[in-house]
Amino acid sequence: MSSVLYDTPGPKAKVRNWIYSGIFVVLFGLVMWWALSLMGEKGQLDADKWTPFVTDSQVWTTYLLPGLLETLKAGALSMLIALPLGALLGIGRLSDHAWVRGPVGAWVEFFRAIPVLMLMLFGNALMAPRFLDVPSDTRPFWAVVTGLVLYNSAVIAEIVRAGVQSLPHGQSDAAKAIGMRKGQTMLYVLIPQAVTAMLPALVSQLVVILKDTAIGGALLGFAELLSANRQISANYSNTIPTLVVIALIYIAVNFALTSSASLLEGRLRKSKKSTGAVVGVNDVNDMATGANSGGI
Amino acid sequence: MFDFLDSGQYDVLGAFWVTVQLTLYSAAGSLIWGTALAGMRVSPVPLLRGFGTAYVNLVRNTPLTLLIIGCSLGLNQTLGIALGGSTFKEIGFRLAVLGFIAYTGTFVCEALRSGINTVPVGQAEAARALGLSFFQVLTLIVLPQAFRAVVAPLANVLIALTKNTTVAAAIGVAEAALLMKEMLENEPQALFAVFAVFALGFVLLTLPTGLLLGWVAKRVAVKR
Repeated sequence: MSSVLYDTPGPKAKVRNWIYSGIFVVLFGLVMWWALSLMGEKGQLDADKWTPFVTDSQVWTTYLLPGLLETLKAGALSMLIALPLGALLGIGRLSDHAWVRGPVGAWVEFFRAIPVLMLMLFGNALMAPRFLDVPSDTRPFWAVVTGLVLYNSAVIAEIVRAGVQSLPHGQSDAAKAIGMRKGQTMLYVLIPQAVTAMLPALVSQLVVILKDTAIGGALLGFAELLSANRQISANYSNTIPTLVVIALIYIAVNFALTSSASLLEGRLRKSKKSTGAVVGVNDVNDMATGANSGGI
Repeated sequence: MFDFLDSGQYDVLGAFWVTVQLTLYSAAGSLIWGTALAGMRVSPVPLLRGFGTAYVNLVRNTPLTLLIIGCSLGLNQTLGIALGGSTFKEIGFRLAVLGFIAYTGTFVCEALRSGINTVPVGQAEAARALGLSFFQVLTLIVLPQAFRAVVAPLANVLIALTKNTTVAAAIGVAEAALLMKEMLENEPQALFAVFAVFALGFVLLTLPTGLLLGWVAKRVAVKR
């Protein structure tokens, strides 16, 4: 395989590659050996620290699966609320009237600039008895959802704006030519196409939301997947195995979402029926705590 | 309304200073680690490429909170790694920086990799024709051009990192978000004022970064 940076390796380069591979294996092996011996010393490698995840189904039914369910619930609900809200904000930012564009733009930029944790803390304080008086057992959940919605509706507004702006000019010109008003152009021509174009970016935003629910678990007492680690390691005193298993669950769920987002993007880019406008996973100028990597 | 600021009970500036320090140390570390990862991901050695890809995909899909808590509960409390810190404050700070570097490095790597893709193939071919090795092609020809192309995406990574440093509150690092949590608990009547102060602080931290680096990005971009 040849690439920008190197040619297909010849005999000499192949030998060199093997040497580099060898050095890497030795270094990596040393680090792993050090880490594993340290873990072994502290008893984290003992079989009884790891077997609960296979033998004791209660670990899953009592802690991990309910935690995962809460994570997914908070993520899905936040997405469902943030989506229409973000669409409205995004359309508002594209308005021809400065008195709509200005305030909406300020709102979006403000909530994008603030850490989602602070929005969750704000939501939590807002739901205290003094203000909204949400029952204390569901308060962490709603605080997390509030924070996620405020933040992600602002990000989705930017995705919507990028989606509409990625459409070819001819689309709105044609709509104008057949006598559509501005609202009609937006509603019947631009938005339906932008929605398809945005799908990959929206799916990858879900990953960001799912990861951010963990903040609520650590700081607001929201009973999501990561917070299950406290009870499990209290029962079996297996901190590291528990964290590893929880990380693997997150990675599995998020990896599935990430790959479906890029699959979707690839399909949309190839499909001949659409206008070809696609807001890719990397096209949104916001990294959040993010799945997006800055694209060019 | 803002009288809680004058009471002398809360060190808001001090908390934001910790946020700034966390950001700067983590940014420097992630730039180095991210560049190394990007070097691995584009290298001719399949094993290094595989490691880079696996690392980026695993860490990017893990919540940052889990990494930070893993550093504290796993590395420190279980394995006794203190990174040379002696006080609780020092250890927490260093572990948080380690977590941020591990996480943010993946985003720096991906940004840099997309920058490497903007460098025309002819550049590397010409360099190879001169007899430069892979390492020389990468460090002398490709990376300098790639860095100039990715100033804007790296600015986004830096802004995201600034906001992400609040997660260090989860392991008790005394930065802005932890102080905000404390103040909201002690002064529930001043909810909107407290929120306004901390929100303003973050707007003041992130806005100039974006503007300044946006200007730099335009100045240094390679005209093609």
